This record gives sequence, C-alpha cells and structure tokens, in this order.
Amino acid sequence: MIEVKNIVKSFGDNDVLKGISCKLRQGETNLIIGGSGTGKSVLLKCIIGLVKPDEGEVFYDGRSFYGSDKEGQQAIRREMGVLFQGGALFDSQTVHQNVQFPLDMLGDQSASEKRDRVEFCLERVGLAGTGELMPSEISGGMKKRVAIARAIVMNPKYLFCDEPNSGLDPLTGVKIDELVREITDEYKVTTVVITHDMNSVVEIGDNVIFLYEGKKLWEGDKHSIMHSDVAELNDFVFSNKLLRDMRE
Amino acid sequence: MAIIGKYFIFLGTLFTRREKMKIYWRRFMEECVGIGTSSVLIVAIVSTFIGAVSCIQTAYNLVSPIIPVSTVALVVRDMVILELAPTITCIVLAGKVGSNIAGELGTMRITEQVDALEVMGINSASYLVLPKVLAAMFTFPMLVIMAAFLGILGGYLAGTLSGVISPRDYVYGIRDGFVPYNVFFMCVKPVVFGFLIATISAYQGYYTRGGALEVGQSSTQAVTTSCIAILVADYVLAQLFL
Repeated sequence: MIEVKNIVKSFGDNDVLKGISCKLRQGETNLIIGGSGTGKSVLLKCIIGLVKPDEGEVFYDGRSFYGSDKEGQQAIRREMGVLFQGGALFDSQTVHQNVQFPLDMLGDQSASEKRDRVEFCLERVGLAGTGELMPSEISGGMKKRVAIARAIVMNPKYLFCDEPNSGLDPLTGVKIDELVREITDEYKVTTVVITHDMNSVVEIGDNVIFLYEGKKLWEGDKHSIMHSDVAELNDFVFSNKLLRDMRE
Repeated sequence: MAIIGKYFIFLGTLFTRREKMKIYWRRFMEECVGIGTSSVLIVAIVSTFIGAVSCIQTAYNLVSPIIPVSTVALVVRDMVILELAPTITCIVLAGKVGSNIAGELGTMRITEQVDALEVMGINSASYLVLPKVLAAMFTFPMLVIMAAFLGILGGYLAGTLSGVISPRDYVYGIRDGFVPYNVFFMCVKPVVFGFLIATISAYQGYYTRGGALEVGQSSTQAVTTSCIAILVADYVLAQLFL
C-alpha cells in the first residue's frame, strides 16, 4: 500500500497541490482523475519522487520515501514500474533491449534467464515476436504495451501509469485498461493510474480519487462515482453526452 | 554565477551512485564510435584544407629574399601543431559533437526517457553523460593527432603543387628546429577541450525543459558556450604550459 500524507506543492506563485492525502491500496487499481491542470501529473511525480513536494510525505508499505537516504529511496524506486504518458522508450534500443534494460542495469540473472523473462513479458502484453523492432517502427498502442512490459519485467510491487490511454483509439485504450487490470490482479501490485478518461474509470476503477483545483474533492469507487452529490465531480463525469443520457 | 554553481554540482553527480563497470565499458565503447569514429571525415577535410591555406598564406606573406623558403614549412608546422590542429579541430567538434550531445539529451529529457531512468533507481546523469565525457577525452587527442598530420600534409600538397615551395625545402622546414614538447602540448589541449565540450553540452541538454524549440535552443547554447570555453581554456593552457 502507498500512503500519501498532506502533499503540498507550488511552482512560484502557482499552488498546484494544496494538501492531498490518500491511501492507494495493494491489489487494486487506484485511479486519480480530474480535469487538465488540476495537478494529477504533479501528484504522481511527487509520489514517485521525480518532484520533491514542499510539504507532506509518501509511505511505501510503511517506509517513508522522502525520509529515507539516497540508498533507501533507490531501493524503493527499484520496486516501482512506471508507464509514462508517451511510453518513454529508449529510441536507440530495440523493443527487446528496452524491456531487458532494467534487468541489465539492476538484475543479476544470466543472459538466458533475462532473455526468457523478456520474451515472457512481451508475450504477456501480446507483442511476441516484435523484439527486433525499433520504437520508431511500432504504433502508439504497441509502444504503450512495450512500456508496460518494461515496467513489469522486474516484478514490481508498485505500478504507476500516467495517462495510459492518451493518444490511443477507444479499442486500443480498452485493451490497455484490461492489461493493467490483469497485471494488478495477477501480481497483486499497488497500481496507480492518472487519467481523465471516464472509460477507464468505468472499466478498472477500484478506488477513484477526484482532484479539483489542487485538492482531493471526492474519493470512492466506479459505482459510487455515478451517484455522488459533488457538483464539480458530476460536471466532470457527465460532461460526456453518453453518460449524461445514461444517467437520465 | 548560479549557472556555474549548478554546472559544478552537475559534474559532481556524474561520479555518485555509479552503475556496474561493465555497463559503463559498453557505453564508453559505443560513445567512442559515435563521438570519435564518426568525426574522422570532417576532421580530415577541415585539417587538410587548413594546412593548405596556412601554407599558401604564409608563403604570400614571407616575401623577403633573406628569409629561406623552408621557413614557410616551419611556420605551417608550428601553427598546425600548437594551434590549428587542437583548437580549430575542437571548435569544429564543438559544433558536431556538442550539438549532438545536447540534442540527444534534450530530446531524452522532453520525452521522459531521463525520468524513466531515474524512477528505475539509476543515476541518469552518470549513466548517460559520464561515458560521453570519457569518450571525448579519449578520442579527441587521436583526432587532433590525425588533424596535425593531415594539416602538415595539406600544406605540403598545396605548397608543392602551387610551386611556392619545393618538396625538399618543405621537408627541411618541418624538421628544422622541431620541439617535441609542442606535440605534448598539442595532446593536452584536446583532453581539456573534450572535457569542456562534453560536459557543457551535456549540461545544456540534461536540463532542457519544454519542447522541440527548447531542444534547439539548448543545442545552440551548447555550441556557443563550448566555443567560448575552448578559447578561454586555450589562452589559460598557453599561459600555463608555454
């Protein structure tokens, strides 16, 4: 479990996060949703340590991230898998090399064990046989799946996905959601997904946190989100005509 | 001053939390090919023509009949060894290698590849930049040695083919009063210049923020700052070593 306590972050005069606290549960898909500019990505970066918050703390199964020394933070980071919005694949390496990269840098397996693990992960995300392709030769959806394979190759305890469906067509987006769901259930990881896609909320939202103007305005699940009395949340959820029609 | 301080802090991060040595060795060899081997052609062309022009222009200026013609070759030799080969070659490399390093790291930064390394627990600065710095410090002296040889050869070809100096006078001139220490000085300069080019360009690229426009700006800034640093270091080294 990841516990976020009173995260505050400002950039100059811009107060982006104004005291966010939440618990992100193990074995569940925890979604952080909100409109553009509400601080979702900044919150994610504070949680994974890319941006140091002005105040607050993040606990990984009781271990304080910002209270740890460099070695402690590095140890926690090595239990993370992160899927960035654009995939963040290394352009100069093949798909196979990209997925194998964490094993080369951090693991101590033999060459054949690494190869087997990479092939297993690529097969798991439905990309068997694509190992020799370069990132420039594959589609956006395939890049996201390669990035997921890279994120899970070290058997992480925590999986973070920054807008995994951005730039993808609806069908591919659903496949990515399903993959995240399956990995969460299979490996019992603590999964955190940043998204503004209501399809993802409906498909995989076990625990949903709604941010509005830097504050946590609502927390619940994919069922209760349809029946809340928070006006700002309803404006966000039912901005989609289809959902509006369904409610009516 | 804040920028200079941040630059030295950046240099410090290159040597902390290093990864396995065999990873650095592989990266170092890759960078030697990318930085050194791929620069051979441009260095060869530039140095040959610089030597040729130096010979012609020196001959043009030495019009006194009491000065032996072989002096042209002596001047070309010392100009090429002391200044043209190391400094001009490294200014050319600042443009080629420096812009490449800044552009590559800047693009990696804006596409979150650097962040991907950081969240894996890898020191991205050390992993990405240190091999480039070492490769530059290792390959630049070799390129400069090649540039010196080709510069003197270029002077020979230009001088003898244009008739301003005979082959015999040219060979006599390049051997006359040769000081081996100058070659040592010629080899010290590219080590220092290589360090400056690689670290300054890497610093510019690593701290790029924004999009494609900012990557271009970082690349340009890397080249101009590297050139200025080379010229300042050139003066300081001349004062220290000569």
